[in-house]
Amino acid sequence: MEEGHSHSDAHSAHKEGFWRRYWFSTDHKVIGLQYGFTALLFLLFGFGLMLLMRWQLASPGVEIPLLGALTPEMYNQFGAMHGTIMVFLGIVPLAVGAFGNYVVPLQIGAPDMAFPRLNMASYHFYFWGGVVMLSSFFVPEGAAKAGWTSYPPLADIETMGQTMWLWGMVLLITSSLLGAVNFIVTIIQLRAEGMTFFRLPFFVWAQFITAFLLLLAFPPLEAAGFLQLADRLLDTSFFLPSGLVTADGPLEVAGGGSPLLWQHLFWFLAHPEVYVLILPAMGIVSEILANNTRKPLWGYRLMVASLIFLGFFSFIVWAHHMFITGMGTTISAFFQVTTMIISIPSVVILSALMITLFGGSIRFNTAMWFALGFLPMFGIGGLTGLPLGLAPTDIPLHDTYYVIGHFHYVVAPGTIFALFAGIYYWFPKVTGRTMNETLGRIHFWGSLVAMNGIFFPMLIQGLPGVSRRLFDGGLTYSFAEGVIHYNVVMSVSAFILLLFQLPFIINFFMSIKRGRKVEKSNHWESTTLEWSAAPTPPIGHGNFATVPTVYHGPYEYSVPGHESDFCPQDVPVALSGSDTAKSVES
Amino acid sequence: MQIPYEVQARPDTGVNNAKLGIWLFLASEVMLFGGLFAAYVFLRIGADAWPGMMMYGTEVMAERADEILNVPLATLNTMILIASSVTMVMAWASLKMDRFDRYKLYMGLTILLALGFLVVKSFEYGEKFDHHWYASTNNFLGVYFVLTGLHAIHVTGGILVNAYFWGPGTKLWKRGTARDKAHFTNRIEVAGLYWHFVDLVWIFLFPTIYLI
Repeated sequence: MEEGHSHSDAHSAHKEGFWRRYWFSTDHKVIGLQYGFTALLFLLFGFGLMLLMRWQLASPGVEIPLLGALTPEMYNQFGAMHGTIMVFLGIVPLAVGAFGNYVVPLQIGAPDMAFPRLNMASYHFYFWGGVVMLSSFFVPEGAAKAGWTSYPPLADIETMGQTMWLWGMVLLITSSLLGAVNFIVTIIQLRAEGMTFFRLPFFVWAQFITAFLLLLAFPPLEAAGFLQLADRLLDTSFFLPSGLVTADGPLEVAGGGSPLLWQHLFWFLAHPEVYVLILPAMGIVSEILANNTRKPLWGYRLMVASLIFLGFFSFIVWAHHMFITGMGTTISAFFQVTTMIISIPSVVILSALMITLFGGSIRFNTAMWFALGFLPMFGIGGLTGLPLGLAPTDIPLHDTYYVIGHFHYVVAPGTIFALFAGIYYWFPKVTGRTMNETLGRIHFWGSLVAMNGIFFPMLIQGLPGVSRRLFDGGLTYSFAEGVIHYNVVMSVSAFILLLFQLPFIINFFMSIKRGRKVEKSNHWESTTLEWSAAPTPPIGHGNFATVPTVYHGPYEYSVPGHESDFCPQDVPVALSGSDTAKSVES
Repeated sequence: MQIPYEVQARPDTGVNNAKLGIWLFLASEVMLFGGLFAAYVFLRIGADAWPGMMMYGTEVMAERADEILNVPLATLNTMILIASSVTMVMAWASLKMDRFDRYKLYMGLTILLALGFLVVKSFEYGEKFDHHWYASTNNFLGVYFVLTGLHAIHVTGGILVNAYFWGPGTKLWKRGTARDKAHFTNRIEVAGLYWHFVDLVWIFLFPTIYLI
């Protein structure tokens, strides 16, 4: 239902006002940047909440400047909002909203997204969802305190902040749904001539599968959100069992509901959500590895097949988050099997990326360092997940710091490293200038060490059974006696991590104005269309001077007999060993 | 800058952008209502009695759903919605035959029928409130109000979209070129797909909530 865009040609001709150009823009590149800046601010804010919590954990009861000593209620608010903000307002919008929006249309040779005004609406829903979430800190008794998972019955009887959380989520889900429809239609409909599905860069494939996950997994959470809103606002009891008693006496509701129902609906979203967090990261890393090893990705088709398999299977593993709920051993057995199976395609992709390195003549720039850092860190995250996928080992580990350590390895030095890699890699595309390499390396090595300093001790603390929900860091908890001193290590590491983000922030803003100018459009000598066919930096509306035609696969690096070590997708040369040649042979 | 395949179908995929978009959107809507129906099944299987007890009481509210809900009114509403789906198709077909006057008639009828559905629905709700039966009374009524309420919101959304295409949205058709007319016809087809989906949700809601 899009209006014709015959008028937008006129727009690029005359100067648009500030609001029209930067706030109500329909250009995918501007919207990508809007997502990027907003998401980075939310990441920083979520990181700040975590620092306050870590300060408290290292020295319980300490007076924090401006805030004073943390109360347990404040600690719970920070915990719930740290998770929500990092996942729904930070990483997903950065990985999908920012990188997906900016890069996908360029990589497939499209003039824009399929529905530019819907794209603008997605950003605005996201932005206001974020505003609602943040403003919930200022309502009576503060923001949501029931964890990012919002389990009832606790969430049903929580204070007003929880209602704000639910409305915020409804806005964020709407944003994701509109975005997902837009991505899928764009990738299916707007591919340039000759850009077949098996010539799509792996990053585009990752965004494609991610969009399907968002499209189909988010609505059940929206359904659950509506039911919880009804519980809170209409006094229904969908999630409240009969005979529930709280500190204020028996709850005056009809009862007969089921807290387990929420968990099923929530994890039906939230497990695919894990793949929403990791697939775009794998896509970014693949682009950078192929570009900097100057080699084709090893097993491109196998990787795509694994991606599709991951997408399907991610819908039938959700109850491995629920082994201790008493849902029954038969169901547990089913979900253990599917969980073990889904680890295979992840291993395939990671192995393919490792093999890609083999025999390459690697260019070690900052983007490549972050991409290389992703591989072992995501590996640790994945391997520590296996014991959590099997009920016998999950039961003692459930709700301990081990779980926190596991998924932070996946998401922090995993996904966030990939996102940093993406920023360093595509920065010249956006600005026409490069970021400083020395500051970049300080950022990388400092972050790598600090992140391991935070997350590895969590695994150690979790094994003896230290609960993840302790406000005092385990002072009054006998399980924690032997490992409580690690709290200081983790908290100091967290502040060191903050320190090592400063070179990044300085580098980022300095380079926009003062970075070294790129000498040619295709700065990294890449094969994909965003570098080879489109001007760097992009000029206003419209992506390509002439619509590119694609002649071969995405990673034709170091083709024997070719005069340079890269052969862009839009350059019509016959390549022996390329996919076109292969299809002729077969 | 012109987005390709806004009006014409892309040769290798066989659809235009908006049609693919609406099908994907409907897929997500299937998951939304699928989640709600699944919740309904889950709650009903776990309940001791269904429709269940009065609040705080031991008194059984009713043995069967149709003793609480008004089946004749709901049957009337089912027929109204099905009729509105028919008029929606007629509206689209009229455009295909280049009969704009007929389009206005049929689209107008679709909107009126949809409004009729909401009027009947509000009588139904009012009847429940007169008995002091609310969503909080028990989970049967909770499911009834939340699912039919969410459906009614979808109906309202459909009315707004259709009203736009009945009134200000017709400017596109009146520009008169073949491309504009084809574009407008596509929009009505897309709006129609959404409208049939809303109809279909009701076709599932009616038996599962009122009859069994």
